[in-house]
Amino acid sequence: MIGSDSPTPAGQTPRLVISGLVVGIPLAYGVFQTIKTVLPLFGG
Amino acid sequence: MAAFSFLDREHTVAKPGYSRWLIPPAALAIHLCIGQAYATSVYKVALVEHFDASLTAVGFIFSIAIVMLGVSAAVMGTWVDRVGPRRAMFTAACFWSSGFLIGALGISTEQLWLVYLGYGFIGGIGLGIGYISPVSTLIKWFPDRPGMATGMAIMGFGGGALVAAPLSRQLLTWYDPNFTVLAGASGSAVAKLFLTLGVVYFLVMMLGVFNVRVPPPGWQPGGFDPAQVESKPLVTTAHVSASEAVRTHQFWLLWVVLFCNVTAGIGILEQASPMIQDFFRSADGKSAVAVTAAAGFVGLLSMFNMGGRFVWSTTSDFIGRKFTYVGYLGLGMVLYTLLALVGDTSTAVFVVLTAGILSFYGGGFATVPAYLRDVFGTYQVGAIHGRLLTAWSMAGIAGPLIINRILDAKGKPGELVAADYRPALYIMVGVLAIGFIANVLIRPVAERHHEEAHSDAFAEAREAEAEDARPRAL
Repeated sequence: MIGSDSPTPAGQTPRLVISGLVVGIPLAYGVFQTIKTVLPLFGG
Repeated sequence: MAAFSFLDREHTVAKPGYSRWLIPPAALAIHLCIGQAYATSVYKVALVEHFDASLTAVGFIFSIAIVMLGVSAAVMGTWVDRVGPRRAMFTAACFWSSGFLIGALGISTEQLWLVYLGYGFIGGIGLGIGYISPVSTLIKWFPDRPGMATGMAIMGFGGGALVAAPLSRQLLTWYDPNFTVLAGASGSAVAKLFLTLGVVYFLVMMLGVFNVRVPPPGWQPGGFDPAQVESKPLVTTAHVSASEAVRTHQFWLLWVVLFCNVTAGIGILEQASPMIQDFFRSADGKSAVAVTAAAGFVGLLSMFNMGGRFVWSTTSDFIGRKFTYVGYLGLGMVLYTLLALVGDTSTAVFVVLTAGILSFYGGGFATVPAYLRDVFGTYQVGAIHGRLLTAWSMAGIAGPLIINRILDAKGKPGELVAADYRPALYIMVGVLAIGFIANVLIRPVAERHHEEAHSDAFAEAREAEAEDARPRAL
């Protein structure tokens, strides 16, 4: 059986976006907070 | 139980058109939550004061959790492969969340043993099952890019601490206005933090539970040519069971590879904050690197650890798994040697070298499931991965032991300088050299270990194609 490799098959876009946001927002928050703690290392 | 039949493997098979790109966020949802295990330092001081216990007694909570991670991944791997990813993820969520809730009860009632039982023992089982639960499913959905797929998920474990540490600090500030990192928080604030994390993590992990699907038999992505992957060296179309895999020397060579790579990386990770201060300590005993900057350095290493998991594992899809580990271990030796020789010349040089080492450390974790798939096939890759993770548990003891023993012999903390680290760094070069040799020795598994009653994704795809092409009787 050959499947679709399209990242957004019809009807699944909202589900993909929500899933991406649920994991992406916390990850972005974590990276942002970490960068803030890293800045003193470079004199920021 | 009928109410939980939606967790069964047969109810998890994807319908035609289901996007495989929903699977990495599902896996990431699990790994981001269980990655909290590396952010326990946020409330460690608070627990020491609350229980009036030693740092060792409180640190034992984390140790139990990590031991249970290795044990449950090794013991439950076959079960995870049998019941499918949804039931495994749900079970992991229940254990992980219950661990926090029982831990909160232990903190509220001042019963440390309940925290050992909850967060350590029960939560640790959730860690192990959660860690391996999405691996074989990702490999089946992404036969063309297994390194990228597992890299995305396992990156989450590295990222989990990046999320949990600032989130926990923020929550503790809300629950206890007097909270500071150095002074710690009140016990009731930590109990509320555990309750909050238990509920939030359960909900986020449910995203993984409801989104995860296994591909239907014979499924393959559009445009995927199994012949291209099969033609790569070391990639097998055969299948080896977990019980048979541990009887092959390939498994134990890979065990040594993972053990050496993790031992080398964890040695730096564990010592990161004092190490950067010691490397730039002047003759008067003062370090040019402030405590706050050293804390930032730990955060920077965590980011490279996380990034390496995705970037290097994805790269392995193009250059091959064996060659990727030649890089991790070979370049790792070079970086360690340079760190010993010129690491104290400037902070920039030190940061670049250690960041490279940590990116290879993370990459080693993320690439190994795809390596296992190449060598043993997809049949019980999750279970084999679980057994291999015992190397992580052993390295977690060996890495810090090597560094700490050497440093203990050289002087007291706060008085060490770069030269004191050199013996330990050269030992790590030797450890990486052993891993390098083990990797070079890996060859395809002998046919006598292959299973006959099971097929892998490639074989299923080929059978399905043959079925489609066969003339139908009228």
